[in-house]
Amino acid sequence: MNDSLISVQSLSRVFDVSKPWLNRVLSGQKRQTLKAVDSVDFTIERGTTYALVGESGSGKSTIAKMLVGLLKPTSGRVHIDGVDLTNASAADIASTRKRIQMIFQDPYASLNPRWRVRDIVGEPIDAFLNVSGAERTRKIDELLEKVGLSSKDGAKFPHEFSGGQRQRIGIARALASDPEFIVCDEPTSALDVSVQAQVLNLMRDLQRDLGLTYLFITHDLAVVRYMADHVGVLYLGRLIESAPRQELFDSPAHPYTQMLINAAPRVDGFGRMHEAADGEIPDPISPPSGCHFHPRCPQRLDACRIEVPVVQHTGRRAVSCLLHGQS
Amino acid sequence: MTEHTLLEVKDLKVQIPTRRGVLTPVNEVSFTIGRGEIVGVVGESGAGKSITGSAIIGLLDRPARISSGSVTLQGEVISGLNEEQLRRVRGKRIGTVFQDPLTSLDPLMSIGDQLSETAMAHLAISREAAREKALQALIDVGIPAAESRLDAYPHEFSGGMRQRVVIALALIGEPDLIIADEPTTALDVSVQAQVLMLLKRLCRERNTGVMLITHDMGVIAETTDRVVVLYAGRVAEIGNTEQVLTSAKHPYTRGLVGATPNPANMDGDNARLNQIPGSMPGLLALPTGCPFHPRCSEVMPVCKTEQPALTPLGDTTIACHLATEASA
Ligand SMILES: Nc1ncnc2c1ncn2[C@@H]1O[C@H](COP(=O)(O)OP(=O)(O)O)[C@@H](O)[C@H]1O
Ligand SMILES: Nc1ncnc2c1ncn2[C@@H]1O[C@H](COP(=O)(O)OP(=O)(O)O)[C@@H](O)[C@H]1O
Ligand SMILES: [Mg+2]
Ligand SMILES: [Mg+2]
Repeated sequence: MNDSLISVQSLSRVFDVSKPWLNRVLSGQKRQTLKAVDSVDFTIERGTTYALVGESGSGKSTIAKMLVGLLKPTSGRVHIDGVDLTNASAADIASTRKRIQMIFQDPYASLNPRWRVRDIVGEPIDAFLNVSGAERTRKIDELLEKVGLSSKDGAKFPHEFSGGQRQRIGIARALASDPEFIVCDEPTSALDVSVQAQVLNLMRDLQRDLGLTYLFITHDLAVVRYMADHVGVLYLGRLIESAPRQELFDSPAHPYTQMLINAAPRVDGFGRMHEAADGEIPDPISPPSGCHFHPRCPQRLDACRIEVPVVQHTGRRAVSCLLHGQS
Repeated sequence: MTEHTLLEVKDLKVQIPTRRGVLTPVNEVSFTIGRGEIVGVVGESGAGKSITGSAIIGLLDRPARISSGSVTLQGEVISGLNEEQLRRVRGKRIGTVFQDPLTSLDPLMSIGDQLSETAMAHLAISREAAREKALQALIDVGIPAAESRLDAYPHEFSGGMRQRVVIALALIGEPDLIIADEPTTALDVSVQAQVLMLLKRLCRERNTGVMLITHDMGVIAETTDRVVVLYAGRVAEIGNTEQVLTSAKHPYTRGLVGATPNPANMDGDNARLNQIPGSMPGLLALPTGCPFHPRCSEVMPVCKTEQPALTPLGDTTIACHLATEASA
């Protein structure tokens, strides 16, 4: 039975990217908007990892920020365990917020350099849990040990740690309010592979031990393949395909997914000469008409220039492409 | 050194005097690159990849300097040349491509002018011929509507197109060797594939040797013929790329390959990436003996005291006491 913790419906976010008012008036330009996220739908089942993958500017971080409440959606809904975060009472939002935490890409920028690790990890405890004194200290020590640091590390400052250890501190802080759902935005993209492996393994162990649900955002398909249960592929703000991991990698349906998988360098791809896809990601302020991918698509039809493909569901896969089952 | 050797780096040592002591970011590094051969230099951040590249082309930032060892290009030692002589080697005989294309391009000069000036500086040709050559170079690297782009400035190109222009600029002096330092690290994966394929195809066609610096094992596998694995400024393993990646002998290389998600270790619920404990040491706190020993799963007593020499083992060559023990 489907037991979804997170449900995102028609989620959109538009940014105003106009020139300042005066420049606009002087040069006679219109307002300009950028649709960073365009009617995105997905659900995440409890205890699983949903990976969002896409190249830069595809809207991954914007979705992450909307899910944790750092950014307001322009339209659409986000349900967490049945609570509509976009339309709930302040009390409901407050009690739901502590169930959601975020891990960021840059462990340097996201930790306050003047705070001791103990205070960084303790902050969400103070904000969300009714715990103090010896119990608070015990909880912080426990969290540090859970992420592979020692309780002695609590007295140190972030700069005394390597990149991988700082990401562990970020994870300990994210776990401090006993959340169920963690949004991870490129958590290992700044790390070396040997350290990335430590952090990814830790995240999987924590998920198993604590029953966590992850939204895992990355541009790295190999990492997706290691971490995800279900994968969504974004292109210029639209979710163009989503499927269970194995299905997606074994038989990608959307030409963009096929291109991404083909382009990713493989450690067993000795001497591989691949037909690299044409072109680059277009300007998001004036994206191509119809299917955004059509100018780069080797399989495009005439209709792809005009028609925005409607999502087609087959089993647990969803594809938005005119080649797939549309009349 | 054989007659096909283009570049020979021998026992190269780079030192940086600092207030807290002398750092040695490159320590007795030796390898060769043949004509038309693509050699990868791989390692995690801080391994000494970029400094090795800079030392070869004589672009070390003061106070870093080559303290011993040599760099030989086609039989000529270039590590002792003065700045003026080195300038002639760069561009004419060695082309460079860096991670950020803007470091190689002049923002105030059109692409066409940059290409033709570089061509004129290195080849004895007229302005007209240089302009022709610039156009052909843009066509070769796949810039659409190249003729109309000659007068465009760097900021008018996308990131991927800019890196193509840099490759055109690196190749226009018809160098024998290209040093590319993380040339695709800032690019999206689809554009990375385009740029790597381009670099590989052009260098094969022109018999240009390439030193490709990257931290990405996948890029190494797909692009290079041979690979040098660096750790803490030293060569850990060197050999044919496929052999090094499929049957690595050095525990560090094995660890790196196992830590990189690949079809063998990433599918299935029981899949698990190999972890190397700890992280690369800083240059001020290098371990004694083999610099990898504190993280090594096969550490022996000798590893803590003695630096292992490069020794052949099976199909590759490693700096590891597993090999010195085996050959003893
Ligand atoms: N605050 C903002 N103002 C204007 N544009 C933005 C803002 N945040 C993001 N964008 C734009 O929205 C698009 C999606 O950005 P982002 O979600 O950061 O993508 P990703 O994380 O996939 O790289 C990009 O084109 C980006 O430039
Ligand atoms: N000017 C410098 N002063 C002191 N240390 C330096 C300097 N430049 C580089 N280093 C150190 O040298 C080591 C190797 O650097 P680098 O060649 O850039 O590594 P890589 O390219 O493999 O990431 C690093 O530990 C780096 O911190
Ligand atoms: Mg992002
Ligand atoms: Mg470097």
